[in-house]
Amino acid sequence: MTAFFQSHGASYEWAWFFSMLIGILAIALPLMLAVAMIIYAERKIWAAMALRRGPNVVGPFGLLQSFADGLKVFLKETIVPTSANKGLFLLAPIISFTVALIVWAVVPFQTGVVLANINVGLLYILAASSLGVYGVIIAGWASNSKYPFYSALRAAAQMVSYEVSIGFVLICVVLYAGTFNMTGIVEAQRGNIFGVLNGFGFNPLLFPMAVVFLISSMAETFRTPFDLTEAESELVAGFQTEYSSMSFALFWLGEYGNVILMTALNAILFWGGFLPPVNWAPLYVIPGIIWLLIKMMLFFFIFGWVRATVPRYRYDQLMRLGWKIFLPLSLTFVVLISGWLMLTRYGALPA
Amino acid sequence: MIALLAFYLFATLTIASAVLVIFARNPVHSVLWLILGFFNAAGLMLLTGAEFIAMLLVIVYVGAVAVLFLFVVMMLDIDFSQLRSGFNRNLPFGLLIALVLLSEIVIAISAYSAGPAFAHASGAPPANALPNIEALGAMLYGQYLLPFELAGLILLVAMIGAIVLTHRSRGDARPQKVARQIRRRPEDAVKMAKPAVGEGVSL
Repeated sequence: MTAFFQSHGASYEWAWFFSMLIGILAIALPLMLAVAMIIYAERKIWAAMALRRGPNVVGPFGLLQSFADGLKVFLKETIVPTSANKGLFLLAPIISFTVALIVWAVVPFQTGVVLANINVGLLYILAASSLGVYGVIIAGWASNSKYPFYSALRAAAQMVSYEVSIGFVLICVVLYAGTFNMTGIVEAQRGNIFGVLNGFGFNPLLFPMAVVFLISSMAETFRTPFDLTEAESELVAGFQTEYSSMSFALFWLGEYGNVILMTALNAILFWGGFLPPVNWAPLYVIPGIIWLLIKMMLFFFIFGWVRATVPRYRYDQLMRLGWKIFLPLSLTFVVLISGWLMLTRYGALPA
Repeated sequence: MIALLAFYLFATLTIASAVLVIFARNPVHSVLWLILGFFNAAGLMLLTGAEFIAMLLVIVYVGAVAVLFLFVVMMLDIDFSQLRSGFNRNLPFGLLIALVLLSEIVIAISAYSAGPAFAHASGAPPANALPNIEALGAMLYGQYLLPFELAGLILLVAMIGAIVLTHRSRGDARPQKVARQIRRRPEDAVKMAKPAVGEGVSL
């Protein structure tokens, strides 16, 4: 797109600036719409699993429910507690929201359709997602209130624990793909299994890692079996307790933005991203972004399903799962996979 | 021009946040300014083309180390007046460190502007060179394999040592034994009894 602006007489720098701006808007605006619709979808899924109707009043089939909620939240008064640390209190939701958005810069929607095709894409995702915890910690501390603070401490410990196993899972993927570039990782999955199936997840060596990543991504986004940070029965609403109005809504948008991101990452890293599941020419007629969206929706259904059916972990169980099960398991698989690749792909050890 | 603007933005913010780390009255604010400083330093590294180091800086320092800093500082019960009382006492020491750092910077800059010490070690990486990761990997796992592995081993020993030194098993603790819980069957724990009327059950 930079070339398009340059052909209309803009200098390279301005052309780059405008094309970036358009690219960012083209990702962020549909994402916000997707968040609204996905909240509706998730409430419908939960309702179906609890034999209820779910939102069905605002608009046809209740489709506009999220927009009504958004408008309500938008019109409310922003309350800042008197003993809160005002600047940080207002900064926290902004950090949460921004961090949830910036990761999308490296997500490939199609070959070449990506905002920033950088060669450390996966590391960028790790870096950006490790920033997410600051929104929660700062919110908890700045609220100057007991429950948010407990929640912040829990969130910090949880994030740090699960990031370790996520890191090792990502190393497995990188070892197999041979690159950190996101598009490269997807392309490496083309015909990955005997030239027929597209996706690392179909590989028996990587399938356990796909499962570990799915579970860890639920822990990373503080979804229900792992939502110790906002456990209603213990901590009121966790770090969001003192928040109202738009500052609350930003947390909410950020949380669901992260959930959509995690579904996208599951699809991209293990299930072929924008490639169809089977490497068969007629399937490539359907554009890649449709395949990606189908996979994301499938994962989102799994996320909603788990949230509707699985009870919450206890905190020590959460830590046990992260440190005593996922960490040794993923570490073992790093060794197994590098051994397998040395055996099959790289041959004998270099002299 | 964009790169220049970005450089001045990151550089100014790095220096400003470094200054604010010292002058912030609240220790938690200090840590947050420190994090901003790390972040902008990562931005500067990106501009020099060291994208791998920049990402590692964010992942390791911002994502893990600073979180633990923040964790500890938040949980401390700090008396601010007491915190500032040692200023005059520590001033000479602080000035000494500042002097050493300043002279190191001066030496480094003058050495750099005098030209590269080794023929192959030029400042910026050449365009279209190997990606950072591959170049670093070839170095670490090729030329410097032994020191690299030794460093890893030393860190592992340090980690185990820290755990051994601080881990204290209490005799009276009764932790959950998950394997035992899963192994337990209904037959081990439940007894079906059908007592006749008027008779009790032996437990």
